[in-house]
Amino acid sequence: MNSFKAVFKRELKSYFTTPLAYVFLVIFLSASAYLTFKDGFYEMRQADMRPFFMNLPLLFIFMVPSTAMRLWAEERRAGSIELLFTLPITVKQAVLGKFFAAWLFLAIALALTFPMAITVCYLGDPDVGLIITGYLGSLLMAGGFLAIGCFFSAVSKNQVISFVLSVLACAILFFAGMPTMLNYLSSFLPAGMVSAVESMSFQAHFESIQKGVLEFKDLSYFILLIIGWVAACVVVLDERKAS
Amino acid sequence: MIKVKELRRSFGPVVAVDGISFDVGQGEVLGLLGPNGAGKSTAMRMLACFLRPDGGTASVCGYDILQDPIGVRRSLGYLAENSPAYNEMTVGGFLKFICDVREIKGARRRAALDRIVPMCSIESVYHQSIETLSKGYKRRVGLAQALIHDPDVLVLDEPTDGLDPNQKHEVRKLINKMSKDKCIVISTHILEEVEAVCSRTIIISRGKILVDSTPDELKEKYQCSLDAVFRRITKTKSA
Repeated sequence: MNSFKAVFKRELKSYFTTPLAYVFLVIFLSASAYLTFKDGFYEMRQADMRPFFMNLPLLFIFMVPSTAMRLWAEERRAGSIELLFTLPITVKQAVLGKFFAAWLFLAIALALTFPMAITVCYLGDPDVGLIITGYLGSLLMAGGFLAIGCFFSAVSKNQVISFVLSVLACAILFFAGMPTMLNYLSSFLPAGMVSAVESMSFQAHFESIQKGVLEFKDLSYFILLIIGWVAACVVVLDERKAS
Repeated sequence: MIKVKELRRSFGPVVAVDGISFDVGQGEVLGLLGPNGAGKSTAMRMLACFLRPDGGTASVCGYDILQDPIGVRRSLGYLAENSPAYNEMTVGGFLKFICDVREIKGARRRAALDRIVPMCSIESVYHQSIETLSKGYKRRVGLAQALIHDPDVLVLDEPTDGLDPNQKHEVRKLINKMSKDKCIVISTHILEEVEAVCSRTIIISRGKILVDSTPDELKEKYQCSLDAVFRRITKTKSA
């Protein structure tokens, strides 16, 4: 437990001692605001945060892998992995420490979009429950993307390769559930397969949480996804930490 | 305190460590010698539980490297070849992180830092970030990291690499001072260092132990300097 806490603390601090956190936050906050207003936030004449949450996945597909790519790739390139794994730390503790630090960092980034919520409350009388579930869904999705990025970061020593691979994996998992894609798939796949693809994809689960429907199947989808990819990361790292 | 049994490890077709066995007890300073690529670092990495051996095993302070790697790492101080560290951290922040991981807290942490910082003479760079340090200072930070929990067993991979002659002398003095109640394994290319600190020396080449003796015995037997002994042994036996 102590080793987990030590890794977690060091990792979180390291975001803010390098310019990484600030660059990330500025780009994330301005891009998320830009996309919201571009989609006609005022023209809708409706005080809710839908346009904001709708665009987040697209942003996350690029931004989350960019935070995740350094997690292990950098550690291996710099050789500090040899220090880390000759300290009394298990691979599991280290992976979890890093994962939760990065997740908390993304949560901070999400929390800093609060002016959006304030704006909506000022302009009208939004459904606060919807805003909360919207944030919850976004946080879970960030966690899912992060777990994928964490895995690919452990696969390659090269940050660019791990970035490209995890963007690709996130994009596939996300866009597989888009209506256009499902329509196309249904032209040659049996209906059962199509619905399997749909329920494997982020899209439908994120959609329903964001609409304010908190269902066990959606929550468990994200939790299982995170556990699965993080566990895979532990296995991969254990195998090839020294290579 | 260190028992190595038939330790073996290969990388693809290359056999790095080919079934080496030795014991090191308390009060001994063992110098691992060998040409580049002889398998010294690989052997040390296996002792520190960073690499898993393909065959054989070893134990440190009674903990087996396969059964209880965490126990091994807890009782061992390890300095890796290039003294890896987190470059963006300050020296102080880095040492505090090591304390956190090793569960050294509160007054004990203060005492440990008060002891180790002057010991490795890194007071002047304590608040500097590690990436701005020279190689010698980095090495000393690595040494501080390995010694901070006052371990019974030390595994140091080329501890004086990159240090200036004064610092080399200081580190050797430090090793000599600690040698009484600890068990130390160092690897080195510098043969005068072996004479200065080691009570025993093992020469390995291509993953095999060629000689297990003491520096004095070697000089006695071959009637020449350690330099010449090293050349003679590694050239004739491995060729």
